[in-house]
Amino acid sequence: MKKNMNKNYFEVLRPGINSTFQDNGRNNFYHIGIPFSGAMDNRNFLLANTISNNRINNPVLEFAYQGPKLKYIGENISINVTGDVNFKIIRKNKNLEFSCYENIVLENNDCLDILSTNRSVYGYLSIGGTFEVDYYLNSCSTNTKAKIGANSGEKLETGQIIKLKNIKKFLPKNKIEYLNSKIENIRIIKGPHFDYFSKDAIGSFFSNEFNVTKLSDRMGIRLKGPKINNIKNTNIKSEGLVKGVIQITADGDPIIMLSDHGTIGGYPKIGVVISADYDKLVQIPPGSKIKFKEINLKDAETIFKLYEMKTQNLISNIK
Amino acid sequence: MIKNISNLGDAALYCDFGTEVNKEINRNVINYFNNLRDSNFLGITNITPSYNKLVISFDLKLTSYAKLKKQVENLDLKKNNNSKNNLIKIPVCCAEEFALDIKRLQKLLKINEAKIYETFFSKNYYCYMTGFIAGMPFLGDMDKSLFAKRLKTPRVKVPKNSIGITEQFCNIYTFESPGGWNIIGKTPVDIFDNKKNTEPNLINPGDTISFYPISKLEYEKKYE
Repeated sequence: MKKNMNKNYFEVLRPGINSTFQDNGRNNFYHIGIPFSGAMDNRNFLLANTISNNRINNPVLEFAYQGPKLKYIGENISINVTGDVNFKIIRKNKNLEFSCYENIVLENNDCLDILSTNRSVYGYLSIGGTFEVDYYLNSCSTNTKAKIGANSGEKLETGQIIKLKNIKKFLPKNKIEYLNSKIENIRIIKGPHFDYFSKDAIGSFFSNEFNVTKLSDRMGIRLKGPKINNIKNTNIKSEGLVKGVIQITADGDPIIMLSDHGTIGGYPKIGVVISADYDKLVQIPPGSKIKFKEINLKDAETIFKLYEMKTQNLISNIK
Repeated sequence: MIKNISNLGDAALYCDFGTEVNKEINRNVINYFNNLRDSNFLGITNITPSYNKLVISFDLKLTSYAKLKKQVENLDLKKNNNSKNNLIKIPVCCAEEFALDIKRLQKLLKINEAKIYETFFSKNYYCYMTGFIAGMPFLGDMDKSLFAKRLKTPRVKVPKNSIGITEQFCNIYTFESPGGWNIIGKTPVDIFDNKKNTEPNLINPGDTISFYPISKLEYEKKYE
């Protein structure tokens, strides 16, 4: 059997816009400048691996906007797609339509075409088995900036081969009904430099909508809206950042730090997005509007507990 | 000592050691950083030291702000736990093609090239923090005579391994990156080695760096 281990693979016919291998991310390297990385939308990442009966930290293929087109060569394999995603399977010149959040059997010579995410950003492809990828500092998550992780730290490219291993012969037809709800109000907790901004600026920050610009990626979301006036200093001595931090640049525009963010930054932090809203935040595509709402730490912790419970309920309802 | 601990969102502690930038404050930050790394407090995911702050992020599924804050406040702090900190010697080639801003600096600082380098190489530098891009060390303090502002318009691409100075600090560009620091030379040594799976960074917060000049010939030899 071992001889045949690498006979199952995908050939990349089209890489998609930003397709990378991701897992839970890497901890404990911020102090040397390596961010967390990992799947942007953690809930959809967990659901993908659970539907595949994989361990929860198994690598998945994350894609953004337009996903990859992959030709499959090998024995039958179960796959599933999570997120709000349009995709089809081309089998012997026929287009077959399927839904997200269910195991589908891919046959030799099938072509999986992940067309687009719907009014969202990220989606996930998981397989009943394992993508054969490189690990770096305990994680396969690709960080294209530091060029580390799976695929030599690069996005997928046309023509490359993705080898698969540990393919599960019999996988139940796991399935779940899940609707990706959208949010416009992002809940935040006051940041350490809240008092760098005038009362008017704070009022304007919470009462106006901001546009999500095209300059948004795995590192951060850049927003445009009313300028947020700084009354103290537009720069601080550089200090640690975490994902979800909202910095106000010298130009008065907010930037929200996401999973691949620079580990330290020198702009004042007006607030931090609560953990429970992070998965939804990253799914807001450019062109959308968002509005901030302030809540306190206690409420944020309670909301996170509920969010976690919901995720666990979803996982236990998969059958 | 920590002056104040507050929350940075719902999953991080923001420890404030003061507003000034000096070695004494930073040594305190690094001492906490080293002690916390040995502490095994449940749920810590990252600890980020900087000039005068320490950010501790944690997994909200495993712990909470209140719990971890109490643990940090009651941390049994071993003084001068800097056994992890080293003296590292870094060769620098100052050939014209690497010292992109030396001509401008001569005019700006009103000191000749030889004196700039003599001053630069005569001091040891302390690593306040690493980060922004993977492995990039923020080193200080420069001699006052070499304090220079950033470039008005940052370069789109600073070559990898360039040595840059600005105000009281110097750094090493571990990757090709945009940047506005004044470039005075280049090292053949990879400060961040993304092929190494353990300790990929040569320089850690709290380390001391001494730079020494090498010729173009030595630079090329080291690169082979």
